[in-house]
Amino acid sequence: MDFIPRIPINIWTNRAIEYLQVQWASSFDQFSSFLKSMIEGLQDGLIMIPPALFILIVAVIAWYLVNKKIALFSVVGLLLIENMGLWIPTMETLAMVIGAVFWCIVLGLPLGILAAKSSTAHRIITPILDFMQTLPAFVYLLPAVTFFHLGVVPAIIATLIFAMPPVIRLTDLGIKSVPTELEELGKSFGSTFWQMLIKIELPVARPTIMAGINQCIMLSLSMVVIAAMIGAKGLGGEVWRAIQRLDSGNGFEAGLALVIIAIVLDRITQSFGSKEYK
Amino acid sequence: MNAVEIRNLTMIYGNNPELALSMINKGYDNDTIRKKTRQVVGIRNVSLTVEPGEIFVIMGLSGSGKSTLLRCLNALNRPSSGDILIEGQSIMNLNKKGITDLRRNKIAMIFQNFALLPHRTVAGNVAYGLEIQGVPAPKRIDLIQNALAMVGLEEWSNSYPHQLSGGMQQRVGIARALATDADILLMDEPFSALDPLIRQEMQDELIALQQKLHKTVIFITHDLDEALKIGDHIALMKDGEIVQLGDPEEILLNPATDYVARFVENVDRSKALSAAAVMVRAHTITYPREGPMVALHRMKSLGISGIFVVDRSQHLLGYLSAEDADQLIRQYERDPGEYMQKDVPTVSPDTLLCDLLNTMARTPIPIAVVDDNGQLQGTLVRGSVIAGLAGERRVS
Repeated sequence: MDFIPRIPINIWTNRAIEYLQVQWASSFDQFSSFLKSMIEGLQDGLIMIPPALFILIVAVIAWYLVNKKIALFSVVGLLLIENMGLWIPTMETLAMVIGAVFWCIVLGLPLGILAAKSSTAHRIITPILDFMQTLPAFVYLLPAVTFFHLGVVPAIIATLIFAMPPVIRLTDLGIKSVPTELEELGKSFGSTFWQMLIKIELPVARPTIMAGINQCIMLSLSMVVIAAMIGAKGLGGEVWRAIQRLDSGNGFEAGLALVIIAIVLDRITQSFGSKEYK
Repeated sequence: MNAVEIRNLTMIYGNNPELALSMINKGYDNDTIRKKTRQVVGIRNVSLTVEPGEIFVIMGLSGSGKSTLLRCLNALNRPSSGDILIEGQSIMNLNKKGITDLRRNKIAMIFQNFALLPHRTVAGNVAYGLEIQGVPAPKRIDLIQNALAMVGLEEWSNSYPHQLSGGMQQRVGIARALATDADILLMDEPFSALDPLIRQEMQDELIALQQKLHKTVIFITHDLDEALKIGDHIALMKDGEIVQLGDPEEILLNPATDYVARFVENVDRSKALSAAAVMVRAHTITYPREGPMVALHRMKSLGISGIFVVDRSQHLLGYLSAEDADQLIRQYERDPGEYMQKDVPTVSPDTLLCDLLNTMARTPIPIAVVDDNGQLQGTLVRGSVIAGLAGERRVS
């Protein structure tokens, strides 16, 4: 099919990146330092908490929100992490996950609501989400590094791209699945747009939205390992170092720590969504 | 002033209502309009009036347009042409604020599947309308308790909807509507999702509640028994049009079309027909003007075995059988006092047949239908009652 001239998407992309890099450098730097100080502050804060106290807090939360079994698992699992000498990288990872999930919710929730309320917004957002979820992470890690340099910031950006779609999609789905009768209830009693949203739609959609946030946390955790390649520290950094040294043992330990954190976070956040009304 | 007045209301679903409207004016039926213009006629040329304080039932099968019509009243649906007056005010040209106002203060709705908010307690659900009205929290508490007391759920205010039975859930829905103090209640098949026994209980409660509160209730149902039981007036709908409008007895006794007649065929008439609808003219003698001789003569000529005795102002005195009259004549007695039966079984004209069948089975003499003033209105003979139950159109 030589009659169609080669469309130089690659060249256009490079030019666009160069252009953004030159013209928007200072804004990227400002944004980058803001995000960096936020994540590093969070990391420092978490590391400052004594492990024993931290374990106690998690155990109490798990007991209160889930059950005794998960509380016990949290205690044993976190003690094991401490025992393996992975406490500090674990806290670094946790801080990145918390930071990424925070931004996923702050950006994703309103976008999900928008997608549910406006079919135009839905038509625009859906293909972007497809893009975000299927584009291989490495493809956007590279430009992320050129914009934000190595370190924790491009890692967070990459995590946002990877982990935000479920929040948007499930918020959209949750609000659209609010029974027609409840929508009619809101309207027939004279509710405004915001009253409908806050008093009816969001609370009724809560289990679905929480499932999205739960997915977001899981995806963030899996992304931090990949993000370690561009200089994010944490458990991903440990895994990455072990891979480079062909040290299966240390690699497994760091992986095990990730799994423990994942299970604890998953069980606790799931309980927000499914908690019965007492 | 009428609570609700609907004039020539038509609603078309589709992107070109004008086209469909012009076809309606030319008399095309809904099917033709749908095939030719791809517009769906929801309701067509509906006119009705609802008086304040009555229960007005809109009845029809699914697809008859009854829900569409109901949702026009609180502007959930915007009709294509015609007019709706709520308490004399047209709502067709209301702006957004006017509609919000109407929905918040004038009209409340009760839903088929209750539409309770699962994350709120019973009290929280009842509070919903009050919150939207902007009633401050401390003032809400009393209003919520009052509304819950009206439906007998004071004890349940801290429970969640999923902990209640269906009947109780719908009571919460009713309490929520009552709490707003709206004058008009729209009830969209409110009891259809309930078990038959609970349904009857709820119908009775609605009637009792209505006698206390005198709301204007517009009630949708597909169940004719329900319509006949609770409706002061009934509008029967088919294909978006009203095929008959009247009170329950008119619909039962004089179905306007074959469609209505078929509908009415299977209804439990004993619960819908009153004594007045099936009673026949009572044959009487007027004492003291007429005595036992006249009584016997009249019985012979009419071929009956007994006759009611009334005074000059039609007050029932008793019942005289042929044997009694014969005895009187033999003793040259004119006053039937000793011989006639004084404890004649009586019912009022609006007693339902189901409530008098028992009496009828036990008594050997006809039942007298007596109004509140004690005046004899007619009598119930077995033949006319059975004919009424069997659904003969005209009961003589």
